[in-house]
Formats: sequence, C-alpha cells, structure tokens
Amino acid sequence: MIISQTWRGLPLRQLFNTFNIGLLLVVLLVVLALLAPYISTFDPNVQNIQDRLLAPNAQHWFGTDRFGRDLFSRVLHGARPTLLLVSLVILLTVPIGLTVGICAGYFGGWVERILMRLTDIVMSLPSLVIALALVSILGPGLMNGALALAFTSWPSFARQARTETLSIRRSDYLTAAKMQGVSGWRLIFGHILPLILPSAIVRAALNLGGIILSAAGLGFLGMGIQPPAAEWGSMVASGSRVIFDQWWVAAVPGVAILLASLAFNLLGDGLRDKMDPRHDK
Amino acid sequence: MTNNTSLVDVRGLRIGLDDGTELVKGIDFSMGHERVALVGESGSGKSLTARSLMGLLADSLVVEADHFQLLGHPVLSYRQSQWNRLRGQQVSMVLQDPKYALNPTQNIGRQVAEPLVLHQSMSSKARLEKVEYMLDAVGLANPAKLRKMYPHQLSGGMGQRVMLAIALINDPQLLIADEPTSALDHAVRDQVLALIHSLVEERNMGLLLISHDLQQVADYCERVMVMYQGILIDHLPAEALPNATHPYTQTLWSCRPNITKRGQPLPTLDRQHLETLK
Amino acid sequence: MNQLEVNNVSVSHAQGLQRNTVVHNVDLSVQAGECFGLVGPSGCGKSSLLWVLAGLNPYWEGDISLFGQPLESGKVFTGELRRRVQMVFQDPYASLHPKHRLRRTLAEPLKLLGLQDIDDRLSEGFKQVGLAENMIDRYPHQLSGGQRQRVAIIRALLLEPKLLLLDEPTSALDMSVQAEILNLLNDLKASRDLTMIMVSHDPDVIDYMCDHAVTMKAGRIDQEKYYR
Repeated sequence: MIISQTWRGLPLRQLFNTFNIGLLLVVLLVVLALLAPYISTFDPNVQNIQDRLLAPNAQHWFGTDRFGRDLFSRVLHGARPTLLLVSLVILLTVPIGLTVGICAGYFGGWVERILMRLTDIVMSLPSLVIALALVSILGPGLMNGALALAFTSWPSFARQARTETLSIRRSDYLTAAKMQGVSGWRLIFGHILPLILPSAIVRAALNLGGIILSAAGLGFLGMGIQPPAAEWGSMVASGSRVIFDQWWVAAVPGVAILLASLAFNLLGDGLRDKMDPRHDK
Repeated sequence: MTNNTSLVDVRGLRIGLDDGTELVKGIDFSMGHERVALVGESGSGKSLTARSLMGLLADSLVVEADHFQLLGHPVLSYRQSQWNRLRGQQVSMVLQDPKYALNPTQNIGRQVAEPLVLHQSMSSKARLEKVEYMLDAVGLANPAKLRKMYPHQLSGGMGQRVMLAIALINDPQLLIADEPTSALDHAVRDQVLALIHSLVEERNMGLLLISHDLQQVADYCERVMVMYQGILIDHLPAEALPNATHPYTQTLWSCRPNITKRGQPLPTLDRQHLETLK
Repeated sequence: MNQLEVNNVSVSHAQGLQRNTVVHNVDLSVQAGECFGLVGPSGCGKSSLLWVLAGLNPYWEGDISLFGQPLESGKVFTGELRRRVQMVFQDPYASLHPKHRLRRTLAEPLKLLGLQDIDDRLSEGFKQVGLAENMIDRYPHQLSGGQRQRVAIIRALLLEPKLLLLDEPTSALDMSVQAEILNLLNDLKASRDLTMIMVSHDPDVIDYMCDHAVTMKAGRIDQEKYYR
C-alpha cells in the first residue's frame, strides 16, 4: 500500500502563476514597444481628416482619433515613452533610495536622524502634485517628467533599505568582516548592498505599476511628452472630449495603461513570492 | 494501557524531495510505551522521521511507506483536519528552541491552556486548575504568577518546561522530543531530560527522543536507534552502548570530550569507511 | 610573558542613552601559547568580555594590556592590532556572508593588506583544516555546519593572528563534528604559536581543551582553575 502524503498541483496551475503571467505581459509590452515601427499599420502621426473618429474596423483595428490618426499604431508607439520614462525613474530612484537608506541604517546616530527626517518630509508630499509643480517649473518633457516623479518616489526605497540594514548590521558575518579589516564603503557596497538589493528589485517592480499611472497622469494633464508624439495619458485626455460618442478613442489608451500597470504589479507580486521566504507556502 | 500496545509501527518509510532525492531511505521501526532515542548527525533524517510522525512535513516532501500506523491509525492518508484531532491530544511534540516555539504575544497560561480549549470541553475554572497543576508538575514554582507572564520573561530552561507542560496537558500517549535541550545551557540540559524522563515514566507514555548527543540521551532511554544518511544503521538497548559493535555507534558514543581525554585526540568518524559499510 | 593582562575591568552595553553594566571588576591574565577558558551559564557576561577583547565593544573601564601594549577604552582596533586578534563565531550558519563565495570571503582581507601569493595561502589554509580545495568556489549554503566552521577557522588564521578568540565554536555543531573541530584546534595550537581564549557553556569542552580557565557567574569571576 503506497499512499502519497503530498498534494501535487496540476502542471498548468504551476505554469500560470503570478510571476509567469506578469513576466509574459511585461516581455510582450517591451517587445511591442521595441518593434512598434514594424508592427504598426500606419504612421502614428500622419493626420487624415477624412478618416477622423472611425470606429474599429478591418483597416483601423482600434479606430481613429480626432485627427484621423490610427489608434492601434499610436498605442503601440505610446508604449515607448511610457517605458522609457519608467526606466528613467527607476534608474534614478533605486540608487538614491538605497544609498540614503543604507547610510542611515549603517551609520546610525545623527546621520540616521537627518536622512530619515528628510525621507519622512519627502514622503509626506503629495507626489503627483509635487511632480506637476516641478514640471511646470522645469518645463514639460520626458526627462523633466522622469525627474519630477523620481523626486517623490525614492523615500520608500530608503525606508526599506534602512530597516533591512538595521536587521543585518549586527550579524556575525558583518562583524567578522569588520574584524578582518573590511570597513567603510567596501563594507557597504560589497557586503551590505548584495543583501538589500533583491528586496529593492521587488519593490521597484511593485512601484512600476504606480509610476506608470503617475506618468499617464502627467501626460493627461499635458505635462508629459508634448503632442503630436503619441503618449497614453495625453491620448486619454484628447479622447475624453468625445468619450460619449466615440468611447474607443479614450478607452484604447486607457486599457493600455491598465494592462501595463497590471503587468508590472503581477511581476512584482510574483517576484516577492519567489524571493521572500516569508511568503513561501 | 499495557506496555504491549504498539504506538508506532512503520515499515519501509521513505521521505524524499519532489525531484526524487531520497532523504529517508526506507526505514522500519516500531515502539510501544517505552523510551526510545533516535540518534544521528544533522542531515541523517532523524528530524524528518519525527516530523512525519506528527504529520508536520512540508508539502514539498513526498512521504511513502509500506506500512505506517500511529496509535493504530493509518495516518499516512490522513488529511490535516484528521491530523488535528490526533496532534496535541494523543501525540505531541517538544521542539528545540522555546524562544521560537512559544508565541511572544500571548501569556504562558493561555498557551498552556490552548490544547485543552482545542481538544476538551471543560469549564474555565477546571481548565485554570489543570494549567496550574501542569505548570507545577513540570517543576515551575508559583504557577499562579507564572501563568500571567510572557515568554521573554523566562529563561531557556523555564521556557522548555512550559513547552513540556503544553505537550503533556492532554495526557498524550506518545511524546516526541526533537533535540529538546540543544538550545539550553549545559547545566540545565540534564535537569530537563530528567524531568522528561520522570514525567513520561509516571504517565506510562511512549517517548521518542531525538538527539545528536548519544551519551547524554543514553541515560534516559531504554532503546537507541542510530541513523546515518537516511538509514537506520544500528539498533540496540541502551545498556549495550559501551560495547557497541558498529563503528558509527562506537564513535558517537565516545566522541564527547571530557577531562580524562585531555592530550589525546578525540575519536572521529571515518566517513569513507562508513560509506563501504552502508 | 603574559599575552593579555586584564585588571579591574567592567564592561557595559549601551542601551539607548543608558549603560547597562554586565561584567564587574574582572582580573585575568593569559600567557602566550595558552588555551584559556571562560565558562558559565548564558547571561553570565563571558561573551561580553570576549567582545571587548575582540575590539568589538569599546564600552569598558579598567586596564587591559594586549601583547604588552595598553589598550585605550572607547577606541576600536585598527591596523596591526586588528589583524593580530581574530575570532571564530558560535554559529557557522551566520558567520559567513551568504552571498559571497568562500574565495571572496577569504581573499578580500588579504587583498586589503596588500599581500601577494593569495591563492597559495588559501590552498595552504584549506589543506590545514582538512577541506577539499575545490570547495573554494562554493557558497556557504552548499557546505555542512562542520565545513563552515572550518572555513571560519581558516578565515581567522589567514591573517596570522597571535590571539584567537573562540566564541562557543562547537555549540551549534553535532557531537561528532565537535570532536573533529576540537581536534583541529588542538593541532593548530600545537603547530602555530597561538594563544587561544575559548568561551563555552559546556565544562567538558573546557576541561578537555584548556590549560587555564575561569568560571563566571553574574558578571564576576567565580572560580579559577589550572590544568597543569
């Protein structure tokens, strides 16, 4: 009599977990953005007033907008500035957040107090409002939008890095490294950073969804990339004028924002389950 | 209850990972109302074996056996809900480190009473009396006061006594103790083992004591089973230990340092030779 | 010559703004080449005293002289002194960096000292503690507890310390592995000019290993014992 005590899940169930679905969607998004000029059926910026506000049909799969531009091509091209902006924000925030957090946790005392109060102050600022203020000072554009969003999104990385640094500061392996003469920046970047990085990556993936929404928000308010370039937020804004009669003009970029944000959230959730043993089942 | 009743009867127990790696490679053993030690190094599979007797193995492990009976129940096919009726009532377990095994946010009284709440219906007054009786039985002074204390206020030895009170409060038939003293100070280890021994004997229970220190547990058990890399390689009465013939058992028995062995190297395992014996 | 002289030393821990004294007015002397034992139950202050001698806790008062040089309270060890005092920690699972290969853990301090022939030193070290050399590119989680403790011993010895501190080096290990590590430590003590201070809660280990030991109780020295 041989009986197995374990319950083994179906292979399909293991294949379609959060991580894989998120990864698939993100990869799809990146590939579509990279190949946008080859896939798109029309030039995204060519206006054709005769074909304005067409409903989805065989020629224009997602319909056309107020200037007769093909929405399918514009949504594809719109993925490019969004992904670019999001990557810029992450490249700016993760290093700043980690440096502030690790220094606060490692040095303690006055350094910690000053850095963490600064973090608290920035954290208490309403991020989109501050981003709008910054963009209106700096002038609208991709780079300025990224700077503005980065300014308010580094504190969560700093807080997490500080907490984790505190928890490993007294560990035996760091003490041993200190006894062996390893100190200063070598200890911080060579020994502490590799332990903090995985959870920072998870947090970055989780934050990406929110940053996509903020980027779209900036675009919607006309503070992102300037027309006529395709950008999801500004596409929703222009579509909102005709939303009751030609709903697809706003809905198509809206769905694109939703899917992109969802993709990164799923990926982040999946990454967390993979990397964090506390979420292990 | 007589001593002949079989508490555990296992034949061909195999525990392995999903990918086919075997950690416990088909062991047979049975025990009644007696005290048995399961000894081996870390990685020998002794803790996995003990946990399989509590239904506490991780889902990723695969357990198979030709025959697996616990107190007469065919537990290998049991679901968690069926295990829950058995665990804490008829079989219970004491873990290695009371620091991690006790809930830091609940007071001692509540944690000791929990098995009673789960498995028996009694008035809260009777429950309280039983808790204080149990705390007294495990040698803790002033149970009425201790009941209201929290785990961080206890020393390691006291914490392990509380764990013992929790394990024994439902008068189980079998107690499994997984390295119950290795997180404790040397001076307290013998006290806790002696306490387990006397409580188990008093109640005529079965005890499965798991350890890596053969000399220490030998005094408290009648039989010793020795595990090495997932196999039961030796099985002998405790009195026969000084004359053990298996080289692994011999080394485990004699490797403990003491003052008489000063200046001479301690016996160590010849692992290559052991591979040939397997 | 006395390697270590401790006179009337008290040790405290910083708890927020307060200091909590855990070792009171201790006197010790440890001779060169000796294995010195500190025994006692947990919380008796033996580890706190060891951390002071390791240069990891600067909050102490009294007089300590190490290798004939007086130490200054409130200062961390640097330079030559830092190199000459090394420690093996209790838990071999926690004392090696989980994301570094053994080669990096072992070679980094030697590189910082500007030493040459690092690879030769590492393979010599592996030979001395009885580990296979091909393990050097593994991560700590790929080793057993006994193997990790051997690596921790190599790490300490590679800096050629004069004083080796052992903080319960075998209490997290199996009894059979403990025997192997204790034998190794005895061999190393005989083959090198090494002074060792060993902390343990197990009197049997101290009895077996040490030439001279003190028992501590509630932060004070309770008994002193010479074995030869």
